[in-house]
Amino acid sequence: MQKITSVDKDNLEAIAIGGAVLGSGGGGDPYVGRLMTNQCLETTQPVKVIQVETLNDDELILPIAMMGAPTVMMEKFPSGNEFTQLVSMMEKLMQKKVSAILCIEAGGLNSTIPFVAAAKLGLPIVDGDAMGRAFPELQMVSFTLGGITATPMAMIDDKGNGATFDTISNQWTEKLARALTIQMGGSAMVSLYPVTAKDCKKYLIKNSLSLIHYIGNVVKDHSYNAYQVLAKELHGKHLFQARVRDVERTAGEGFTRGVVKLEGIGDFVGRNAKLDFQNEFLIAMEGEKVLATTPDLICLFDANTGEPVTTEAMKYGLSVNVLGLPCDPIWRSKEAIDLVGPKYFKYDIEYQPL
Amino acid sequence: MIRIGVDVGGTNTDAVVMHSENLLGGAKSPTTKDIVSGVKNAIIAALNKSKTKSEDIEALIIGTTHFVNAIVQRKSLAKTGLIRICLPSGGAILPFADWPKELVDSMNGNYQLVKGGFEMDGSEISKLNKNEIIDALNKLKKLGCEEIAISSVFATVRGDMEEEALKIIKENSPNTNISLSKNIGGMGLLERENAALINATLKPLAKEVVNSFEELRTKMKFKCPIFFTRNDGTLIKSSEVEDLPVLTFACGPTNSMRGAAFLSKEKNALVVDVGGTTTDVGEVKDGFPRQAGTSVTVADVRTNFSMPDVISFGLGGGSLVDTEKITVGPESVGHELTNKAKVFGGDVLTASDVAVSYGRCKIGIEHELEVNNKKSIINLMDQMVEDKVARARTSSEKIPVIAVGGGSVMLDNSIDGLEVIKPQHNDLANAVGAAIAQVSGQVSKVILIDDKIDRESAIKQVTVEATKLAVDRNADPSTINVLAVSDMPLSYLPGNNLLINVTVVGDLKMENK
Repeated sequence: MQKITSVDKDNLEAIAIGGAVLGSGGGGDPYVGRLMTNQCLETTQPVKVIQVETLNDDELILPIAMMGAPTVMMEKFPSGNEFTQLVSMMEKLMQKKVSAILCIEAGGLNSTIPFVAAAKLGLPIVDGDAMGRAFPELQMVSFTLGGITATPMAMIDDKGNGATFDTISNQWTEKLARALTIQMGGSAMVSLYPVTAKDCKKYLIKNSLSLIHYIGNVVKDHSYNAYQVLAKELHGKHLFQARVRDVERTAGEGFTRGVVKLEGIGDFVGRNAKLDFQNEFLIAMEGEKVLATTPDLICLFDANTGEPVTTEAMKYGLSVNVLGLPCDPIWRSKEAIDLVGPKYFKYDIEYQPL
Repeated sequence: MIRIGVDVGGTNTDAVVMHSENLLGGAKSPTTKDIVSGVKNAIIAALNKSKTKSEDIEALIIGTTHFVNAIVQRKSLAKTGLIRICLPSGGAILPFADWPKELVDSMNGNYQLVKGGFEMDGSEISKLNKNEIIDALNKLKKLGCEEIAISSVFATVRGDMEEEALKIIKENSPNTNISLSKNIGGMGLLERENAALINATLKPLAKEVVNSFEELRTKMKFKCPIFFTRNDGTLIKSSEVEDLPVLTFACGPTNSMRGAAFLSKEKNALVVDVGGTTTDVGEVKDGFPRQAGTSVTVADVRTNFSMPDVISFGLGGGSLVDTEKITVGPESVGHELTNKAKVFGGDVLTASDVAVSYGRCKIGIEHELEVNNKKSIINLMDQMVEDKVARARTSSEKIPVIAVGGGSVMLDNSIDGLEVIKPQHNDLANAVGAAIAQVSGQVSKVILIDDKIDRESAIKQVTVEATKLAVDRNADPSTINVLAVSDMPLSYLPGNNLLINVTVVGDLKMENK
């Protein structure tokens, strides 16, 4: 896999597609983030992508993300001034200048949002992230495993309202920040987990930006065969080829839970599988047999076009290929499984690595 | 009720006369550059065949490619400006994002952002400012904009700021033409705004088109009103087309699928429409085409109006064949089939020639044709169709495949293990689809489900709104059917905010004959 060193309008498309794949069905469509970044890049230099090792241990790295409902962002776009304001709020809190921007979630919409901040502020972006995929809650980052706190955290809305958080745990940050997001209109821009390069070097999931760039190009080049190439190159497993037979959704507490029933086609004719999702796909089962569970990635591809499919686009009749991708090894410790494993999401299933 | 359905295609214009469920007669005529004279020729021929007089016709229903062609060819487009009601939000993605630059240039696309818009719960982002609207209008006019489109954040939740802006502009400048996004698209600001812009830029052309058809109506002594078919297989009045031409943008594939279902009397089936250059494959459910997902790209612009989910590929009666490399299409002789293809005495080898030589069908004048590797080529053609049919299928259920269009004679009797039906008059399926078009109403809204309103009542509320819309468009209230209901919770937010979509359809009812 080739490491990317800069991002311009041309390779941003691949990043957005790859980001949708690692979204594991959730995290929202990176398209909006891609358009925002494109608009910035029209007047700015391409964004420089750097390896975290090139930074001195004491330098400050700021993750930038969107929090709230991606669906809201399809309708209400940011003002575009959020990022400058966010960074200056954080610099004030940290009493330090920022050296680089970081993507906290290399899946879904948040795979492209940090590029807007980096382009606007002329800062480089670190090649890596803190999830290696999309997860629904803000404490579900590799930094939590390293005891790094989400706060000081800053949040800002499209109207220019800003807020900062100082909390006792990352779970509390999630709770309070989520509540404020609603008051701000359903989506807000945040900067959280400010890290020194020293800590970042230890807990970063490295090269995720290069990875989504690579994945996006595979999807573009191999269309409906992309899943096969990705299974081989990323040590994943082709779990199922199927048509969606039924989708059941229920909402509440900020999550859309649901079950997708799949009927095998191609090599899988005569077999049935079921996918459970809570924003992201979390569990794939064939009868009583577990095919894959969170934190491993369950990624769906449209069998016709090869494009990644989100849980929101699940509908009767859609034909899909289901690909299981191993999560970053950092997620496989007991402590990590407690944070993001099936039990956390209230499924009575043990995590079984792919 | 006696009606005429007309479909203006790239090659031919088709017309049929129908008396309720019966096809009285139909005809084809070459599509002309001005379109209307081709329509006239087809109608005259169809009236003759059906032995019907124009005075007896109760509705004239037209499906035309005028508007999509204008966008694709970047011709006859009005200079258009957009006022987006959004500030302080919205600046991060400006209007015309991701549009082809030549298209923006050819419509002199300009925009102004002003304060206002709503949050998803219907509260104001900020107040609308009258002076700001007038100022924005004047700026756009100074830039040469003749047509105005207005979009507002969450206009699908509350449309009143778009209405208010329209009122302000009308008071200030009564003759300004305005397209409101809330009347055109669903959720998704950029896609809805894009649809409103396309609509605005097509308005003068729409007026011209409607006028020319009205002239034709008078000249041909029709006493009935004219309707146009919409992208979703339903129809709108000609006066509405002047306001909302974009709704008729992609009616071609829809009409052919609806017509195919009607002619074969199969409500659930796959449809393969083989034309001169391309083949469209889609699926009908309950007589209506299965709709594509959330957004659709038309002429390189992302929009979100409802459109059928169709797979198009380059195989048609006129597709060029290479007998050595064993390839078919995508290049085609198109409308010149009848003088260039070998079966018609020409010297170009086409897919039709291979089909005749293999014994699939008899067309043209030359039936003793010898083609090298004809078996391999036929296999390739069958494989191309089978592959797309397999992809369009949504279940293992044994539903039939309905073959329509001039090139459908080339198809095998079984595709992907499914029976192929070639109904009578299948070459007129598009015009039949236009003739049988119903009236629809569609409403899309976000509703917060709480102790005051549950999911069922929310869906009911939206259904009532959709029904009212359909009845306003001449639907017979006693025939209203709910065609589609979907509800989608908004993720990552507490509380149960449901995005509800309801589409209803009903039969056309004419009060005045």
